[in-house]
Amino acid sequence: MVGEGILKGLAETARNFFGSYVSKERLTTLQYPEERLPQIEAARSFPFLVFDGSDWHQGMRCVACQICEKECPPKCILIKKSADKKPDAVGKPQFYPAVFAIDISVCMSCQICVEVCPFDAIKMDVDYDLPTDDRFGGLLFDKHRLAKSNQYYHQIHPTEAAAVDAALAEARTKVEAKAKVAAEARAAAEAKPAPAPQAQPADGESR
Amino acid sequence: MILTPQTFDQIFPIAKLWLLGFVPAGAQPLASAILSVVPVLIAFPLLFAITTWLERKGLGRMQNRLGPNRTGPFGLLQPIADAVKSLTKEDIVPITADHVVHFLAPLVLVAAAFLAYAVLPIGRNMVIVNMNAGVLFFFAIGSTVELSVFMAGWSSRSKYSLLGAMRAVAQMISYEIPMVLATIVIIMQAGSLSTVSIVDKQAGYTGIFPHWYVFTPWGIVGFALFMIAATAESNRSPFDLPEGESEIIAGYYIEYSGFKFALFFLGEYLGMFATSGLAITLFLGGWSAPFSFLAWIPSYVWFFAKLLVLIAAFIWIRGTLPRLRMDQLMNLAWQYVLPMALINMLVAGIWHFMPTGPARWLVCTALLAAPCILLSLALKRKQRFQVRTYRFAE
Repeated sequence: MVGEGILKGLAETARNFFGSYVSKERLTTLQYPEERLPQIEAARSFPFLVFDGSDWHQGMRCVACQICEKECPPKCILIKKSADKKPDAVGKPQFYPAVFAIDISVCMSCQICVEVCPFDAIKMDVDYDLPTDDRFGGLLFDKHRLAKSNQYYHQIHPTEAAAVDAALAEARTKVEAKAKVAAEARAAAEAKPAPAPQAQPADGESR
Repeated sequence: MILTPQTFDQIFPIAKLWLLGFVPAGAQPLASAILSVVPVLIAFPLLFAITTWLERKGLGRMQNRLGPNRTGPFGLLQPIADAVKSLTKEDIVPITADHVVHFLAPLVLVAAAFLAYAVLPIGRNMVIVNMNAGVLFFFAIGSTVELSVFMAGWSSRSKYSLLGAMRAVAQMISYEIPMVLATIVIIMQAGSLSTVSIVDKQAGYTGIFPHWYVFTPWGIVGFALFMIAATAESNRSPFDLPEGESEIIAGYYIEYSGFKFALFFLGEYLGMFATSGLAITLFLGGWSAPFSFLAWIPSYVWFFAKLLVLIAAFIWIRGTLPRLRMDQLMNLAWQYVLPMALINMLVAGIWHFMPTGPARWLVCTALLAAPCILLSLALKRKQRFQVRTYRFAE
């Protein structure tokens, strides 16, 4: 029949028109600022720095090794090494970043910094709601802004964070065991009349 | 004053007469013209604002979206937001454009669109000019739209706008002919070119049913043909090739921004309302009520109700049909709409000379249905395309 297709199409659009008022599941629109989709675990937006404990500065895992800075393809990371040292996540004294800044207007969310970090210090965030009216300063995140707690990391990427925590705990026990062995050795050496002067504590820089 | 339905029906003419009483006799013709024109200049742009909102909402719902819902309740203030946006936007004119023509094109379009309302009877005794060649005037003014479209396309000095203008002019001229031919049946039957007397002829009732021309075989066919042509004339989907957002971005008004673009938009919708208004006047009984027992509702309410129904139909069609190809568009105009309009004229003549009764209905319906089916089959026939050979390229 001639014109049958047009009538079918008109019926379809009419069904959609009235159906969208009747059944809510027809409407696929999400009223964005008011309602949001639940975040999927593998989502990522921009990197952040993980810290352990409650003090963001003391607990920061980053040791300012600057690997991420060198690897970053768009060169959006700036790190300045500190002069002094503080204990890192596994308890060894390490440098820490005096300055750590990421320009998220340059960052392309490639996750390479996360892949290369040997200290599990930098991870990908899921927060995408970062509008600002200052497009230069407002998008340049400093150390404080980047620092987010390990609890937060557990919240956004539970599986990954658990694996990281397990690895860190293992490393920590290893370091403690080594320290214990060294301490015992030292104690034994002190007990002897002629101590070896080169006996060094195990808490070196290498890892 | 007694408030009867007649008073409500005539409230605008009465108000006009009352206001004219305050004007000195010498200035009365001018004041009368202004008092007639200003309501049209207010009502139809207002309708345009409402229609943009309705269209966005309706299209959204047809695509299972919500449509505008941020500005005001149900997004009702969206037209105001759009107006503010287009008023505050920068007006960019291409450096190589013909500035005068580029500036004039939207003005010509809007002026032509408004002029067409001069002959539309919006209610009983509510027409700006009762011209005895009203329908002719309407089409004469309507052809100015093509001029302004081509002015816009040509003066922008852009390939896209010129392409769009070429398409628009080809399309509008092609569909103007069947549009005029589709109205001739009405003129034959009414024996008048005056829109007012055409409506008066349809205002009677048999029982409760009105004497609208659409309730005859040639009337319904004429109405369908007229609406097809009107859709094409107003460059609306599925005949929106001149705009073709996905191919030539916005066609002839690609180089327009800010308020000039808004004027184009306004002109286009005003043209659509005007042709819809003419369709109502010619086929749907103008301001007359659809049933005799509803005649107490004021005539202008009926006119605008019918206009809104036609606008809803336009939106529905836009939400449904995809854009035609250029050859399909031209084939439809010249191989279907034009022959049908000619046959329709013949049938209207036969209807006029046959005695009243079911025989007349049967003969006329058969005479229209047969060519309708045959012509559409011819349109649907698979076309064989030849392999294109190039004489000079190789």
